[in-house]
Amino acid sequence: MDAIMLQEKLVERLLCPRVRTARQKEKQYVGFATLPNQVHRKSVKKGFDFTLMVAGESGMGKSTLVNSLFLTDLYKDRKLLNAEERINQTVEIIKHTVDIEEKGVKLKLTIVDTPGFGDAVNNNQCWKPITDYIDQQFEQYFRDESGLNRKNIQDNRVHCCLYFIPPFGHGLRPVDVEFMRALHEKVNVVPLIAKADCLTPNEIKKLKDRIREEIEKFGIKVYQFPECDSDEDEEFKQMDKELKECTPFAVIGSNTVVEARGQRVRGRLYPWGIVEVENQSHCDFVKLRNMLIRSHMHDLKDVTCDVHYENYRAQCIQEMTSKLAQDNRMESPIPILPLSTPDAETEKLIKMKDEELKRMQEMLNKMQQQMHEKDQ
Amino acid sequence: MSSSDVARQPDPSRSLSLSGHVGFDSLPDQLVNKSTCQGFCFNILCIGETGIGKSTLMDTLFNTNFENFEASHFEPQVKLRAQTYDLQESNVRLRLTVVNTVGFGDQMNKQESYQPVVDYIDRQFESYLQEELKIKRSLHSYHDSRVHACLYFISPTGHSLKSLDLVTMKKLDSKVNIIPVIAKADTISKSELHKFKIKIMSELVSNGVQIYQFPLDDETVAQVNTAMNGLLPFAVVGSTEEVSVGNKMVKARQYPWGVVQVENETHCDFVKLREMLICVNMEDLREQTHTAHYELYRRCKLEEMGFKDTDPESKPVSLQETYEAKRQEFLLELQKREEEMRQMFVQRVKEKESELKDSERELQNRFEQLKRLHADEKAALEEKRRLLEDDQSSFGKRRAAAQLLAAQNLTSNGKKDKDRKNSGFM
Repeated sequence: MDAIMLQEKLVERLLCPRVRTARQKEKQYVGFATLPNQVHRKSVKKGFDFTLMVAGESGMGKSTLVNSLFLTDLYKDRKLLNAEERINQTVEIIKHTVDIEEKGVKLKLTIVDTPGFGDAVNNNQCWKPITDYIDQQFEQYFRDESGLNRKNIQDNRVHCCLYFIPPFGHGLRPVDVEFMRALHEKVNVVPLIAKADCLTPNEIKKLKDRIREEIEKFGIKVYQFPECDSDEDEEFKQMDKELKECTPFAVIGSNTVVEARGQRVRGRLYPWGIVEVENQSHCDFVKLRNMLIRSHMHDLKDVTCDVHYENYRAQCIQEMTSKLAQDNRMESPIPILPLSTPDAETEKLIKMKDEELKRMQEMLNKMQQQMHEKDQ
Repeated sequence: MSSSDVARQPDPSRSLSLSGHVGFDSLPDQLVNKSTCQGFCFNILCIGETGIGKSTLMDTLFNTNFENFEASHFEPQVKLRAQTYDLQESNVRLRLTVVNTVGFGDQMNKQESYQPVVDYIDRQFESYLQEELKIKRSLHSYHDSRVHACLYFISPTGHSLKSLDLVTMKKLDSKVNIIPVIAKADTISKSELHKFKIKIMSELVSNGVQIYQFPLDDETVAQVNTAMNGLLPFAVVGSTEEVSVGNKMVKARQYPWGVVQVENETHCDFVKLREMLICVNMEDLREQTHTAHYELYRRCKLEEMGFKDTDPESKPVSLQETYEAKRQEFLLELQKREEEMRQMFVQRVKEKESELKDSERELQNRFEQLKRLHADEKAALEEKRRLLEDDQSSFGKRRAAAQLLAAQNLTSNGKKDKDRKNSGFM
């Protein structure tokens, strides 16, 4: 079955809860089956937001891909630097925020661009501004969340980072490995093979296998698709499996519309043929779009909130505790273990002291007894 | 780095039009899918006098038989009983917690009746707050026990609210969404009901009690919500028994003069209550609890603990920092007190030890003394015995000598006699 149709089916399945359960005149009717509808209603009203970061060397096609993904033109009037201007180029962080709406659903999309990454001659620590930026967003959210007035907190945390790997090499380069390793615990990293139209299908397969091997070898934790439920049907599971085996996605983007097979499609015109962006046999663009936008956007946000942000928060608090301990020059009877909650710590302390007190009490009792005996 | 400056500026967002179908309109469905997988939870608190029909109404609302037992009228204090149930309807799982008051309105002195209820609500907020402030927290899998809706059962007197009702609702309106209902509404006629409702609402308004208003901001439900807002408080009748009406079995109460059908909208407002509470506004009730009531509680609590949003230098102070500072202080103080206690303990032990030593020495002394006395007496006795023996021996000697003398005397006397005889007188 065509994968696009399958994806549409998937979306339809997700749309199922929208159908209101028919009012049955049976006894069993209570009515809380409408809860999903209520949640749906409220979420549509509130609107959504998503922050996407794109990283990779200049000329990898990042901006084009973003335009293709969201079918809009974010990068009007961009100025590209010459080679000599980029020798000592430092990495900048540039945000573009747009409000887009589709079928009543509002999305505030923020694209975080990292021009200058990997462009300079010396690229040591070139990801530092990026990790600093991500940490800053976490910190700002942490402060807001801990404040007294928590209405209208703005969530600027980065939900996903698309990393563009050049297709010209044999796999990951040191800068790729170092970058992904620096970021994999702070943000959901999705590696992509950029400009895939210079590789034949065999070459793509080899490159993907190679990259997957190296990712495993270097211990890079890229974003994992959640396991689908065991009660899903077979075709869904099959689709899910295919999706997972396709990573990293080999993508092509295009800003131009060409005529192919009687239709106007986004594509790239070459003398030897037309590369269609949305053709699944040409590249994995559709898979990426489906994964990123249509089925896993919310999961990306959840993983950011529940895993990356919580890790950051726990780390932050640990640092603060140790700093305060140093300032007060307090000798703690037990070493502060990493990641132990305040409750556990004080509890341990209390338990230890309890035992000591008990022992001393017993000694006292013994001595009292001895005295009694001697008296008699 | 210029990154920080750029990032901090307010986002100049602009609207763009899309030239095709991107697909993020499935976002609400993704969210719904996730929530459905996780399951929902809802907590209802029922306050009302004993026997007014709280448990029956819950049974009727949720079409199940919760474990209930009749409470006695002689409870010394108001208590709360919470029970959790897992319900399922089509593919939606709901974890429902029903909290009932026991003994409400039975005591002679009802001044403190509201306190256990307020304490219970605060406790749930507190445990959520604690979870939020933990270092390692798991909020997405946390079982939310905060009270989302409070059904306040008003006695169907037909006149007005009772004083206890007013006082209690006043204490609760800033902590929970209050939905007043008129219980046992089958004792009030239509005209009486109309007047009763108006009186109740005017009393609530004039005393500044904020009951829960169904939300009007969402166009899809604004109309029905406005209509319902005007029908508050709902007059309900609950029943788990079924009576056959026509050719169907319906939930109803059978009287000699007729049958009160629970789900008949002309008989009572039960259907409206079910609509509003469960079908239309359940999610809004949960949201209100989280964003309004819980935030208020949190703010008050944190201010109490001494946190402010900005410190004297008007720099935003991190809550966690101040919390940690306070905790360190507290731990330090704990330690100090421990030290003090330990010192005291050690001192007392020393005292006891010295006491024991003293008494030991004393005992020793006495023992020595006694021994000496004993030895002395023994010596004296020895002396005496020796003397006695001496005496005895000397006496024995003298006696022996005397006896010898006596014996000699005899023999010598006998001889003398013989001699005299022999010697004759010359």
